[in-house]
Amino acid sequence: MNLALVVSGSSSLVHLHTVDMVIVVFYFALVLAIGVYLKGRANTGEDFFMAGREMTAWVAGLSFLSANLGALELMGWAGSAYQYGILATHWYWIGAIPAMLFLALVMMPFYYISKTHSVPGYLKLRFGEPARALSAVSFAFMTVLMSGVNMFAMAKVMQIVLGWDINFSIWVSSLTVAVYVTLGGLRSAIFNEVLQFFLIWAGALLIPILGLYEAGGWGNLKILIAQRASEQYVHLWAGLGHFSTNPMGIHWTGIVFGLGAVISMGYWTTDFLVVQRILAAKDIRSAEMAPIIGAGFKMLVPIIVILPGLLGLGLLPMKLVPESVATVTHGYSYNDVLPLMLARYCGPGLLGLGVTALIAGFMSGMAGNVSAFTTVWTYDIYRPLINSKGSDHHYVNMGRWTTIIGVLISVGTAYLVMRSASIMDYVQALFSFFIAPLFGTVVLGMLWKRATNAGGFWGLLCGTLSSVSMWTWVKIDPTALRYVALSPDAKVLAQDMYQALWSFLVCVIVTVVVSLAGKPQPDSALAGLVYGETQIPSVGDVPLYQKPLFWAAIVGIIFVVLNIIFW
Amino acid sequence: MTTPGRSASIWFFIGISLLVNGVLILGAGLYEYAHPPAPELQVVLFRLHSGVWWGGLLTLLGGFYTWHYAPSRARD
Repeated sequence: MNLALVVSGSSSLVHLHTVDMVIVVFYFALVLAIGVYLKGRANTGEDFFMAGREMTAWVAGLSFLSANLGALELMGWAGSAYQYGILATHWYWIGAIPAMLFLALVMMPFYYISKTHSVPGYLKLRFGEPARALSAVSFAFMTVLMSGVNMFAMAKVMQIVLGWDINFSIWVSSLTVAVYVTLGGLRSAIFNEVLQFFLIWAGALLIPILGLYEAGGWGNLKILIAQRASEQYVHLWAGLGHFSTNPMGIHWTGIVFGLGAVISMGYWTTDFLVVQRILAAKDIRSAEMAPIIGAGFKMLVPIIVILPGLLGLGLLPMKLVPESVATVTHGYSYNDVLPLMLARYCGPGLLGLGVTALIAGFMSGMAGNVSAFTTVWTYDIYRPLINSKGSDHHYVNMGRWTTIIGVLISVGTAYLVMRSASIMDYVQALFSFFIAPLFGTVVLGMLWKRATNAGGFWGLLCGTLSSVSMWTWVKIDPTALRYVALSPDAKVLAQDMYQALWSFLVCVIVTVVVSLAGKPQPDSALAGLVYGETQIPSVGDVPLYQKPLFWAAIVGIIFVVLNIIFW
Repeated sequence: MTTPGRSASIWFFIGISLLVNGVLILGAGLYEYAHPPAPELQVVLFRLHSGVWWGGLLTLLGGFYTWHYAPSRARD
């Protein structure tokens, strides 16, 4: 067994060598150096909050993807792959790719030409101040909670993997993020996200390579998994005909309509954390290409997240259990699968890079949340509701202070999250509360010019309240799951899919009814905001291979082929 | 992306990161190759010496990025 892997009798999974520590320390030094280096480039509001709107398609696209490569991606989904099998891949393919392409080709032109600073900013232009205020406040709330989740997950993995004190991990990572985002603003966050993208691949790619070598290839791994769990663990769609014939307890309608059509559309097209990266693109072609580039790489991420989970299921000698059981039995939980696989294959140096990749993922997720929170607070809450007469310099200073305060709130949230039994359930619940109804409001706003200000506001409010109500109902009475998720066999993730679907429908229905009952808005007020009243800007006279539509078609074809291969 | 006025690209920072990490991993891999730990202390598939070839790959990639996107070259 591994020199570094301490199977029992110790408080940590691995022991870092000197070279590993040098690699970790070098990472912290480099991100802080980047923050200091970029300080001189964050003096105006456009620089600090929007990175000067000068990012290339590649930088914006990789940053767009990396902002999502946080705690959930690395540990949570590897653990979910161990728990649910290859079904977890749906969150990367149908749960991301169609939405990213939709963002690129349909929604991005409106975000871009409206020159909004944020998604709530678009709602202000389209539906007025009440819709913006509701969206901004709910986003700010969700963002700091998400940031706390990231921070807690990071500290937890450092405790499990390295035996580091959980408080030490929280404060070191949060202070580092606070320093580099405060100094360099969004540009600093984007730089570090792209850096993190490379570190994650460099640090994590060895696990699937060596794991598949050890297993004897994908074919043998499937046999191992079938022996240790079930054949259904290696099929994407074959077991989704009924709730009880797959490990997740979900029906294909939940995956297609709940995840693919609502949750992922909501997350990838209206969550300002990721959309902010695209708004920083230098021109409309870059803004459209960035999500397509992100989609191309998103399809590859299961190699370093899902595959290690499946390899753990097929190869690890010990059986992993839910977090709640592991706490009692002092065993290993599903969330430990990635560090366990890291310790299995990585010697000195490689181990340090793998740990650095984890830390980078956590910190980048936190930085993404903090920079988005800062922008929404400053532009969508502070400026319109508290002080509308400040100078640009004043708002930049407010942004810097908000960064620090946002980090401190996140720290507080991390301590709060420690009491929660399941990180995944917690975050999924949050998505369902806010993201699904918001998507309904934004997409109706962009595609249906008859939607009115009152319709947008009441649709968003009722959709959010319906989601919270369903979640609370199931919490109070677990048997209510059979109504919300359409089956008593449904698991938590299935509940989230249907909850999102219903809240989206509530939002859409209320928006439509209220809008039709009200007076239409004049066409002149909708110019640049709605299809039919907007001149969609051209990407220019470029060759076919530079057109976003061409690359979107390529990505779409690969997406379909992958789903068929792993059917 | 290049930051005007200072000519340091984000790809240059990535090159530095990969280069430094690659050299450290390659060095650690070579040391383990020359001084293998006891069998019970080795990682699974130790015989493949993944640190050597993975560290070498990162060094080459990082070296290329560092050289290609170096601020001095950008100014030229």
